[in-house]
Amino acid sequence: MSRSTLIVLKTLVWIACLAPLCWLVWAAVTNNLGADQTGAIAFFTGRATLRLLAITLAISPIRRLIPRLAWLIRFRRLLGLFAFFYATLHLLTWLGLYVSFDPVTMAADIAKRRYITAGMAAYFCLLPLALTSTAWAIRKLGGKNWSRLHTLIYVAAICGVVHYWWQMKPGVLTPLAITVVVGALLLVRPVVASIQRRKAQATATTARRASRSVSAQ
Amino acid sequence: MLIGKPPDVPSSEITSQDDYNRYLNRRKFLKGVAAAGAAGLGANRLGRLISPPTAVHADATKLQTVPSPLTTTGEQLTPYEYITHYNNFYEFGVDKGAPAKNAGLLPTRPWTVKVDGKVAKPLTFDIDDLLKLRPLEDRVYRHRCVEAWSMVIPWVGYSLSEFIKQCNPLPSAKYVQFLSYFNWKVDKWASEDISIVWPYSEGLRMDEAMNPLTLLTFGLYGEALPNQDGAPVRIVVPWKYGYKSAKSIVAVRFVEKQPNTTWNDQAPGEYGFYSNVNPNVDTVPWSQKTERRIGLPFYEQTRTTLMFNGYADQVASMYSGMDLRKYY
Repeated sequence: MSRSTLIVLKTLVWIACLAPLCWLVWAAVTNNLGADQTGAIAFFTGRATLRLLAITLAISPIRRLIPRLAWLIRFRRLLGLFAFFYATLHLLTWLGLYVSFDPVTMAADIAKRRYITAGMAAYFCLLPLALTSTAWAIRKLGGKNWSRLHTLIYVAAICGVVHYWWQMKPGVLTPLAITVVVGALLLVRPVVASIQRRKAQATATTARRASRSVSAQ
Repeated sequence: MLIGKPPDVPSSEITSQDDYNRYLNRRKFLKGVAAAGAAGLGANRLGRLISPPTAVHADATKLQTVPSPLTTTGEQLTPYEYITHYNNFYEFGVDKGAPAKNAGLLPTRPWTVKVDGKVAKPLTFDIDDLLKLRPLEDRVYRHRCVEAWSMVIPWVGYSLSEFIKQCNPLPSAKYVQFLSYFNWKVDKWASEDISIVWPYSEGLRMDEAMNPLTLLTFGLYGEALPNQDGAPVRIVVPWKYGYKSAKSIVAVRFVEKQPNTTWNDQAPGEYGFYSNVNPNVDTVPWSQKTERRIGLPFYEQTRTTLMFNGYADQVASMYSGMDLRKYY
């Protein structure tokens, strides 16, 4: 991919990722957040986070299965950081509008409200990933450690989905769609890994055979 | 209960309609803002998107009402638009806007309410007779949902106790159960994103049902209930979480034992039979200490929740000696 194509695509990703925020701000300014403005902001930022997390999680399996799309990896960090950005807005909504930055209420909520516990866990899984997203951090940590640390995104996604379910009234199934998507993206990983292992084995066998036939001559 | 003498001016003209006009003016202003913005962008469709046209009041039935000493004062009414477009009526979809879209299918005429169980004789009331049974009162009540949001709604109706007296319940009747309308052909959304056993069932202890605050409700803002708000007749129990106020009632059953109630069946550990608004008893998943007033801007929405939703003076005595942590 040429540098200019990359710049154009990155710009488009920035626009796509900031569009929801622009919509939210516009809706707030024009008094169009509906009946429950606080609830609307909380839901909107939460859903944006989960969707961006799902898109981020989709990149690795896609590029492994379709080598032609390997260049997608160049967008993974950006998407992940935007997921973190919306998660931060979501957290700030809770801090500012639900508990009014009151540490006592906050502590009680985190300890007692299991959906908040799960949400906080998800956020604190994402935080180190955002902090170590720079090239410098990858170099400092070393590729292996960095990869190991970044498997926390799986925990974050699971906690995020659980958080969504736990703040629903029992019996309401709205989070089902995102649960299926995130579940599929997590379950497809071992499958992709085993396909790749088999491919690698096949390649190795062919290579061995080829070298044997060469030496036999 | 005192009904008071008929006023010279219907109270709907004094309070709710005034508020409603103020609300209309606000809408006009907002429409103006939206239109200006849309004109700037040269997009007419955007204007409609920002401020969608609403057909409220087009064919609403005006109700003849009288004022009530039991009305709640000192609260700013929630706009009609939000009371009618932000509904939990899961038979018509779990989305808050779904009932306004889907409840049109509800056949509100002819409509009867069947009374049976521990009564002298089973009865059937026609909705049009119920409307004439007692003078219809304007009663503003706070409405507190278990989801920690609240509204202030100018209901129209009379005390349920007036209706119960007509039913001649036997001394063995200790509870009243209310059953909501249900028909899979009408309530097509009742299994979409939701798993509940229908029909919707609610109940009250006899003294709660007889408390003058408990309202047999036929309207809001001086007009017949829109379908999405539980037309043509519903219960309103202002000191309990909203789900206790069953909508679109087709049967009233007097029973000896505590009846099954939908949300109690759904999650017994979280939603109790009593379900009194209580900031000191949390329900999973939400804290009940605060609530978000619907219709206010997000930066001034959150307020403290009051014990019994602010109706402690009228209702607390019914629960004296009861451990409200145990009987939540």
